[in-house]
Amino acid sequence: MNDPLVIAGKSYASRLLVGTGKYRDFAETKAAVETSGAEIITVAIRRVNIGQNAGEPSLLEFLPTSRYTILPNTAGCHSAVEAVRTLRLARELLDGHALVKLEVLADDQTLFPNMPETLVAARELVADGFQVMVYCSDDPIQAKALEEIGCAAVMPLASLIGSGMGILNPWNLEIILDRARVPVLVDAGIGTASDAAIAMELGCDGVLMNTGIAKAKNPVLMASAMKKAVEAGREAFLAGRMPKKIYQASASSPSEGKIG
Amino acid sequence: MLLIQVNGESRQVPPGTKVAQLIAAMPLAGKRFAVERNGEIVPKSRLDSVILVDQDRLEIVIAVGGG
Repeated sequence: MNDPLVIAGKSYASRLLVGTGKYRDFAETKAAVETSGAEIITVAIRRVNIGQNAGEPSLLEFLPTSRYTILPNTAGCHSAVEAVRTLRLARELLDGHALVKLEVLADDQTLFPNMPETLVAARELVADGFQVMVYCSDDPIQAKALEEIGCAAVMPLASLIGSGMGILNPWNLEIILDRARVPVLVDAGIGTASDAAIAMELGCDGVLMNTGIAKAKNPVLMASAMKKAVEAGREAFLAGRMPKKIYQASASSPSEGKIG
Repeated sequence: MLLIQVNGESRQVPPGTKVAQLIAAMPLAGKRFAVERNGEIVPKSRLDSVILVDQDRLEIVIAVGGG
């Protein structure tokens, strides 16, 4: 089925985006990312360890830019200024690549987005030519404001980053989806395959996850499960589910022609 | 000698040192990296022409695993 995810004018076959943090080593990262089928993968931008051994491999040697669309994030940034600086470095690092993930965090216990700073950073980044996919609260008003600023996609949290608590407020997500004119991806909180399927059944355009795969007992197997869940949820959304009938059963077998 | 900050650490370099010379001494061969000097990006094309001055603050970053 030809049903691409289109972000900032570019088509992607996979609607699953994955992070590259929290794995045991780069080999495991690579195996899980490959199995997930993801085409867009997030990375963080950090100071190089000056004392590091020159021969040590780097993440992008395992996950080359020729194969994946690298989505640099602003994880750990608590202000618009820090986030914009980080993404300008990322753009230089990736030779002018404009697609980025903006997240400005409010506090370290919840990692909830700081929406006022997120809006400031989004305005500055869009004005500077970035294509901004933005982590946000599941607040329809904030999501719309980010869309109006010109963000390429809005990415409300399902639940707290790294919590694996699944989709806590499907009703808010439905309002966001109902109003959005840009892709909506659930980012954060997906714990297992059914969470991803539910996000897609609600009509989300995609799902971004990291810990749900990386901290499974078997990350590669979970990557496979998530790939299938996103595909299944998408197909179910497009197929259109049957209406729910709370009080009335409806037999699947004919009532005519019974024996006796 | 000039006193500069690289990724938050103080170090001394001889006057006339270019950013590219500083980079050459780091574990960055063959890797993608980016350099910021006093809050401004130093494009790759200019690493070999920008000369460090006293009190420069540099950030040198790479991509690492993250969500």
